[in-house]
Amino acid sequence: MMTAQPSVRPPRTPSGRTRRNAEKWSWVFMRITGPVLLILIVTHLFINLMTGDGISQIDFAFVAGKWASPLWQVWDLLMLVLALLHGGNGMRLLINDYAHHPWLRKVLHSALGIAVIGIIVLGALVIFSFDPCPVDADPSLLPSFCEDVR
Amino acid sequence: MWMWVVHRVTGVAIFFFLLVHVLDTSLVRVSPEAYNEVIGSYKTPLYGLVEAGLVAAILLHGFNGLRIIAVDRSTWALRHQRQLVWAVWIAFAVLMVPFLWRHLGHVFGGA
Ligand code: HEM
Ligand code: HEM
Repeated sequence: MMTAQPSVRPPRTPSGRTRRNAEKWSWVFMRITGPVLLILIVTHLFINLMTGDGISQIDFAFVAGKWASPLWQVWDLLMLVLALLHGGNGMRLLINDYAHHPWLRKVLHSALGIAVIGIIVLGALVIFSFDPCPVDADPSLLPSFCEDVR
Repeated sequence: MWMWVVHRVTGVAIFFFLLVHVLDTSLVRVSPEAYNEVIGSYKTPLYGLVEAGLVAAILLHGFNGLRIIAVDRSTWALRHQRQLVWAVWIAFAVLMVPFLWRHLGHVFGGA
């Protein structure tokens, strides 16, 4: 399969990264995370939109029910981290393609980095600091297992 | 060429959805009332259609992503790349039809 390297003219827009093989790792990363994300997200969509009453069933108690299980906590964490890194890396490539001024690139790359890290930290905190039975909440909005907790 | 446009547009759309989606989910840390109110707007007909578009975007980007990986890895896939574009659209349609049936039933059927 891999025979002589075809000669390809340099890319239209060099990425600006100097570490050896950095863009090769980006390429490999997209190809590993993609198929994993397909399984994670299709399952997420199937459970939340197709089982039970679909979109109509989603409320605080539904989320509490799911995150009572470590399986869905870890599932959502993986989906959160991989989707944001894959999507964020994809956006970085698009910035390289479309933003030609070095300063504009820098601004967009910084904004992207901050957004990706901020959302990963927020999402992870939400999953693991989640309280399914807040004391001052209306009991009718809470999952049924909260009765036993009090 | 067209699939390249589809892949970019769906990738960007999913990315921005995801930013908003983590923010709305984070309302579970504010209060059950706040979360239920915002998630309630996801159950309106307009959002029901947006969700259908989002699922379409995920399926297209996902299946097309598998096609890109296959074409990069194997010369068989490279030679059959036209058929594989068809395969992407067929797999997409096969999943979309039952999905729309059920999802739009939830959104418009009241149940
Ligand atoms: C559902 C499973 C997914 C699969 C199989 C997948 C696959 C891929 C692959 C293989 C690439 C590289 C394309 C190339 O090098 O030409 C890619 C690019 C990209 N993906 Fe995904 N992906 C998935 C989910 C996502 C998600 C959830 C997001 C957003 C959060 C996303 C956003 C992007 C973006 C913005 C690009 C860059 C597009 C470009 O450079 O033209 N993808 N995807
Ligand atoms: C309309 C379609 C969608 C609905 C109704 C929906 C609904 C939900 C709900 C109810 C939760 C709370 C916990 C759980 O159920 O696991 C959640 C969390 C999550 N969803 Fe979705 N989702 C949708 C699409 C997506 C897509 C397309 C992605 C990926 C690109 C995604 C990624 C996530 C992530 C990462 C979390 C965890 C958030 C956090 O850490 O705070 N969702 N979603």
